Amino acid sequence: MARSKKRGAAEINSSSMADIAFLLLIFFLVTTTIANDKGLTLQLPPKPDDIEQVDIKIPERNIFKILINSSDKLLVENEPLTDMHELREMIKKHVLNNGRDPDLSDSPDKAVVSLKANRGTSYDMFIAVYNEAQGAYYDIYAERAGVTNKKWREISNDLSNPDNKVIYDKAREGIPMAISIAEPN
Amino acid sequence: MSKFKKKSNTSQEIPTSALPDIIFMLLFFFMVTTVLRETTINVKQHVPEATELRKLQRKSLVSYLYIGEPKNTVLYGDEPKIQANDVFIEPKDVVLWVSKEKDKLTEAERDQITIALKADEDVKMGLISDVQLQLREANARKLMYTVRQKTDL
Repeated sequence: MARSKKRGAAEINSSSMADIAFLLLIFFLVTTTIANDKGLTLQLPPKPDDIEQVDIKIPERNIFKILINSSDKLLVENEPLTDMHELREMIKKHVLNNGRDPDLSDSPDKAVVSLKANRGTSYDMFIAVYNEAQGAYYDIYAERAGVTNKKWREISNDLSNPDNKVIYDKAREGIPMAISIAEPN
Repeated sequence: MSKFKKKSNTSQEIPTSALPDIIFMLLFFFMVTTVLRETTINVKQHVPEATELRKLQRKSLVSYLYIGEPKNTVLYGDEPKIQANDVFIEPKDVVLWVSKEKDKLTEAERDQITIALKADEDVKMGLISDVQLQLREANARKLMYTVRQKTDL
């Protein structure tokens, strides 16, 4: 009797379950593309007809001019620049000049970084320069807020949090991010 | 000798009954995170690298424009093209495309539409600026250049 009962309790062999799960796992591993929704943000100006055509005179000293030609060479403040990594420090110096150097800006809120590319400039080069310009401003803000650049960007990503909003507004006060992208010729 | 005998008595098998559970856990993770691609990208996409990345807040507000050299150069030539959804468009069609994308959003969110520009690094600024001008025309002024995080070596 005892013997026959033992036979009745049939078990499903589950040792291959792991294999099946592995197979599915590998399928999803291969098909997954982790979406990257990160990038450099930009706010475009309104369309040309909406802007009143007023000639606003900005003193020469307040504008930090960056020109990129069709062979991806830089002209910064009318002088050729070969090492792009110097750009960040130059912009920071320009913005935070506060009228000391007569060639640089009057005050941070009046400083403008003007970026002008050529139609033949490569997108890669433009992104690299724009990255440095934004990075310079992020560095300034981060320093005022007393955090690292990376942390600053995390804070500014999430402004729905009131604490972040306070830090954000305080650090940006008086220093607007004025990067002007001129239409290429 | 007696020591060795004792050892042989212990079971040396690793219990593997929990293995399927672990694998299932991984499986579910990947199943949940997987986003199946809605559009086939027909242009080359080797986006440039940068360091100062920002993240997009709301994905539902984002529309993508792909710019690059067509993968099928025999059929479409090797001039960079703009791809919106599944078709190639000309810069002048961007306004129409934006208004269609805006229609998908609710009334209140229409002004907040963000255009993510996924352009290949070999594209020239001429085309990019044409697109930007059209976006200004279409009043879709929030723009993002999708780039990769630069890894420091």
